[in-house]
Amino acid sequence: MLLNKDQLINWLNKLMQAYQVFVPVKEGDYFCFKQINSGDQVILYYTNSKVPPKEVLFPRSEKLFYYRCENDGVQLTEQIDESKKIIVGLRPCDAKSLLLLDSVFSSDKYQDPYYLTRRNNTVLVGLGCNQPAATCFCTSLGGGPFATEGLDLLLVDIGDRYVVEVLTERGRELLSGMELPAADQEAQEAARVVKEGASLSSQVNLEGLKSKLDVNFYDPIWDMIHEKCLGCAACTYTCPTCHCFDIVDEAAGNEGCRIRNWDACMFPLFTLHGSGHNPRPTGKERFRQRVMHKFKYFVDNFNAIACVGCGRCIINCPVNLDIREVLAEIQGSEVRSDKQ
Amino acid sequence: MRELTKAIQETAQKLLQDKEVELVVGFAKGSLPLRNTPCFIRQPEEAQKLVWGYGCENNLATYLRQRPEKLAVVAKGCDSRSIIELIKENQINREKLVIIGIPCQGMIDRKKVTRLLAGRELLKAEVKDGQVVLMGKGFSETVPCEQLLHDTCLTCQHPNPVLFDIMLGEPVPVKEADSFADLANFEAKAPAEKRAYLIQELSRCIRCYACRQACPMCFCEECFADCSMPQWLSKSSLNVQDNVFFQAVRVLHLAGRCVDCGACDRACPMGIDLRTLTHKMVRDVQELFGYTAGVSLEERAPLAAPVSSSTLNHF
Repeated sequence: MLLNKDQLINWLNKLMQAYQVFVPVKEGDYFCFKQINSGDQVILYYTNSKVPPKEVLFPRSEKLFYYRCENDGVQLTEQIDESKKIIVGLRPCDAKSLLLLDSVFSSDKYQDPYYLTRRNNTVLVGLGCNQPAATCFCTSLGGGPFATEGLDLLLVDIGDRYVVEVLTERGRELLSGMELPAADQEAQEAARVVKEGASLSSQVNLEGLKSKLDVNFYDPIWDMIHEKCLGCAACTYTCPTCHCFDIVDEAAGNEGCRIRNWDACMFPLFTLHGSGHNPRPTGKERFRQRVMHKFKYFVDNFNAIACVGCGRCIINCPVNLDIREVLAEIQGSEVRSDKQ
Repeated sequence: MRELTKAIQETAQKLLQDKEVELVVGFAKGSLPLRNTPCFIRQPEEAQKLVWGYGCENNLATYLRQRPEKLAVVAKGCDSRSIIELIKENQINREKLVIIGIPCQGMIDRKKVTRLLAGRELLKAEVKDGQVVLMGKGFSETVPCEQLLHDTCLTCQHPNPVLFDIMLGEPVPVKEADSFADLANFEAKAPAEKRAYLIQELSRCIRCYACRQACPMCFCEECFADCSMPQWLSKSSLNVQDNVFFQAVRVLHLAGRCVDCGACDRACPMGIDLRTLTHKMVRDVQELFGYTAGVSLEERAPLAAPVSSSTLNHF
């Protein structure tokens, strides 16, 4: 189907009648996904958002329930967000990251009602990447600038129009009443040219990586590879697949609420025990954990690498610690025994 | 730049070969255009990885606290000033540190580059004769270096290292005294407007603590932001006020210790204006105590020194 760019705002305004609509908007010098109240706030010429749209489904801080201590016990009021949402303009890598988060929040062992309710109520309209950034390496992770996995609709920018690829029934419903014309041959050809023109210059070599990580826990490479890492969470908090969290009660007097906050394996506090013992006492263990979680443990648990190649960690690291170089160094390192 | 790079490599190689140090902390070529990255060299033959350029923006003093080995560091003016403060705070053993001083020409602010390119992606850059050539798909733009330097570099009074054991290269000219002109707007605001500005900026804070981690002077064993018993600061980001509180306490902890290197500002992935607060605090410390951090090993930091009644009169 074909959507004229000047129809986009009207379409968003129409969607707003039934959905909370999240789109990339400019904030300072960067782009972030925010809920809009007018279609003209959308900006679809961004390369990648600063913070991934995962925060729409897995907010930075999320109230789980309120509690109130009363004479005869505790009264709880659960907070589950059941509003219908739509994210328009997310990149294929970010859509893929949500499929990975699904494995975490929806497993045989546990179904997370907070995430899953939002997830089930959210429709995803992707935007293909005509010009992937130099830091993008999605194709190495099985994605692509126009990958459709996880999306309901995909928009392909062909200049003054979008070719809209309908991927699910939910996607089709979004276009109901729009009476969009089918993509003619000329538009299809333009889309093909755009797709072929979107090349990625950046890659990582994942061949054999997992088997190396399976045995190199005590490899001396970990002593060095983390050295410049500052131990901040710029990489994890801007990563679309990182999902670690902490749960705290914020109370005032007899009442309060329980809140789930993003947390990061790069912080010492993340693993600090009540006893005072910390199993990941230095940056070495913490950095190793980050790499292992994405490229080994997640594979062990869910048979998928927890990285989609969006390049945000590369762009946002204050010391230019580049995951592509880290993986290359691991690949080049001698594989040693897993015995200490 | 090329001469400085060569001089750094030779110096590092010699220090390691002669076993004067076990480690050299410097910069290597980064993976992004206009970017260098901190690196740790232990073998003389690896010294060739070291480089110098407009992308050596990190403050390497951050890596020097309480290290067991004898080491050398490549230090520009601001790094050397942080080192001075860290020595005074017993975080660095002067006997075990060799400071390789480098006169600094200022560092390029990649945020300014991003702003200038307005959506076009920087793929390659070259710096020559005070001009930066920015290149990308279908464009090449030449801009005077001065236009792209960090604001901290533009007002820096100590581009030449204040403390060093070995000095490489020729000293660079020192600029006129900092007029704090960038603060005029902020200082002219009414308190409510100042607060509104800080809230607007800090509403973008994601609490990644990159500002804290990048700062050489932020080294509390336990940061107040991490304390859970008692909890000083809410762990959630639901209330912007807490972000303001965190930043206000962070900056006040640095009063009289901050050398205005800009490491916090550069580290912030969200591009939050942290420098207005730090620069304002640096100015206040200068006015109230006549103290500039990191310029003297002898002079005690104002908040570490006994407060005299004449100082109190300022308040």
